[in-house]
Amino acid sequence: MVMKRLLLGAAALALSTGMAHAQYSDGKVKIGVLTDLSGTYSDLAGKGTIVAAQMAIDDFGGKLNGQTIELISADHQNKADIASGIARKWYDTEQVDVIAELVTTAAAIAVREVSKEKGKVDLVSGAASTPLTNDKCSATGFHWTYDTYAMAVGTGDAVVKSGGKTWFFLTADYAFGHNLQAQTERVVKANGGTVKGAVKHPFPNSDFSSFLLQAQASGAQIIGLANAGADTINAIKQAKEFGITQAGQSLAGLLVFITDVHSLGLENAQGMMLTTGFYWDMDDQTRAWSKRWSEKMGGGKMPSMVHAGTYSQVLHYLKSTAAAKTDEGIKVADEMRKLPIADFFAKNGKIRADGRMVHDMYLAQVKKPSESKGPWDYYKIVRTIPGDEAYQPLAESTCPLVKK
Amino acid sequence: MMTILGIPTQALFGQLLLGLINGAFYAMLSLGLALIFGLLNIINFSHGALYMMGAFVAWLALNFLGLGYWPALIVAPLVVALVGIIIERTMLCRLYKLDHLYGLLLTFGLALIIEGLFREGYGVSGQPYSVPKELAGGWNLGFMFLPIYRGWVVVASLVLCLGTWYAIEKTKLGAYLRAGTENPTLVQAFGINVPLMITLTYGFGVALAAIAGVLAAPIYQVSPKMGSDLIIVVFAVVVIGGMGSILGSIVTGYMLGLVEGLTKVFYPEAASTVIFMVMVVVLLIKPAGLFGKGA
Repeated sequence: MVMKRLLLGAAALALSTGMAHAQYSDGKVKIGVLTDLSGTYSDLAGKGTIVAAQMAIDDFGGKLNGQTIELISADHQNKADIASGIARKWYDTEQVDVIAELVTTAAAIAVREVSKEKGKVDLVSGAASTPLTNDKCSATGFHWTYDTYAMAVGTGDAVVKSGGKTWFFLTADYAFGHNLQAQTERVVKANGGTVKGAVKHPFPNSDFSSFLLQAQASGAQIIGLANAGADTINAIKQAKEFGITQAGQSLAGLLVFITDVHSLGLENAQGMMLTTGFYWDMDDQTRAWSKRWSEKMGGGKMPSMVHAGTYSQVLHYLKSTAAAKTDEGIKVADEMRKLPIADFFAKNGKIRADGRMVHDMYLAQVKKPSESKGPWDYYKIVRTIPGDEAYQPLAESTCPLVKK
Repeated sequence: MMTILGIPTQALFGQLLLGLINGAFYAMLSLGLALIFGLLNIINFSHGALYMMGAFVAWLALNFLGLGYWPALIVAPLVVALVGIIIERTMLCRLYKLDHLYGLLLTFGLALIIEGLFREGYGVSGQPYSVPKELAGGWNLGFMFLPIYRGWVVVASLVLCLGTWYAIEKTKLGAYLRAGTENPTLVQAFGINVPLMITLTYGFGVALAAIAGVLAAPIYQVSPKMGSDLIIVVFAVVVIGGMGSILGSIVTGYMLGLVEGLTKVFYPEAASTVIFMVMVVVLLIKPAGLFGKGA
């Protein structure tokens, strides 16, 4: 009898530990960072996001309920087909549990489709467009760092309120540019401003003089740059060359990263208003993290909001996976929505039904060369935009997961 | 105010002038390509990378040696020409007897390597390079504000292009060069060092690319990608002008700059494709290109 009980007990124990293990597939948690490692966005995202993800794993302790945490990475070359191909391979044959970073809207949406189909979590940091939390939303998909809506609210609102009532857009001719222009137009018009016109330029483009002269001829007070990266940099540089800014028109960079400001130099970028989800020099926590990141990157650089956001999302994923005691996508996603986010990047972040991580955004102005103490001392934070004001209200979301 | 198709004529003048400025870069780059193809039979895909290298040498010279814009205009082409000569002597010279495809593959590979090295070292966002003090500011032409620097680019490009054309087509040295590529054995028999001449020609061709790179540095960001953004368009220019035709590449370079400039006004979305549409039409009507000899 005793023997029988012992056997039964042992069997139950074996079964229960077996089940505990089975909750983490393959005996490990594997994170894939899929980003642009060689193209236009490889400075603002790229290698720095892999470093940030690794820092999150290290800070978490390297182990999760006894399971090892692995990290792999790949270059999606900003192409949707390559991104979805890698995602499929990672999920099917390399036991990847979650894909993070995902700069470039098209690539992010392509991976979103695959993740949804496989029931895996995807964490978007670098991509900008709002469809990710609207018609392309998913129960296991999250949008972390910023989006075009928040950019428009921050910069568009501030510029119109400071007197820039008439606008002309220089728009990168692809989904992201159109989305950014539409979002900004909405804010401009809501604040009583008018849009005098727009020109859609090819992407990528190096000579903006023709488009700038068209913007000049429109007589608009503000030239809104609905583009990113090298396009924005060249447009700003050439606007100065052609005397457009000196003649009284102002530029509004609608998506400007600190890496762009660094590339332009303060001489060219000074005075510009921009919206950001993160600035390294805000408080002791941001400075400490950024310094560590910079050292791991070989020094001489400071992180962009995409780098910091990638750290925050990976760390939150690990915390939620530990709390859910499983790496099953849908359960982890539920846990992620429950847990609040409090780290150096997002002080009071929360995730909504549509997958949007809502956190405070910052309106910044680029310093004058005389105000800057040295490289990377670039921003004055003008205003903190509360998360609920910065992001699209949930009631307006077209995401089917939002109950109305 | 007079208008053409809804655009004020004044604005149109401005746009045509801008087209001409962009054409100046196309002309300088396609000239080097045409020269190398015409005399060496090599389709030099690394031309864009060498153009980028020219801009980077100028930037490095400024930041590490304190050499300004004007010295860079001499130093950068020399440095890049030296790199070109090493490439020609160690690699390209083995390919002259083989199909064009081998030269194309080799130079394409080199372009990727060079670009990759600069990207690894300096990132993709680009480095700032200021307009030299002497050429800062601009003229108000009434119909537009013309930065002095852009005016200088057009003048420099015209002088270089016409000078090169004259040297190849009208001087004795040019005659040797052309003869050397037609019949190297015979020319060598006259006591002329043909391999050396070929090497120097390649060096000169890539030096042209480097000068274009230095000229471009103050306008665009000095970035590892600046060459690959431009090279495909420049190849289209060479094809439209007629592979290997010196005059063809110059005239076509300026002309396509204008065509592109007009497209940017009337239908900006097509600005990056219009050159390829022209290429298709030209190839259908004149397969050897506008200035090409024979088919």
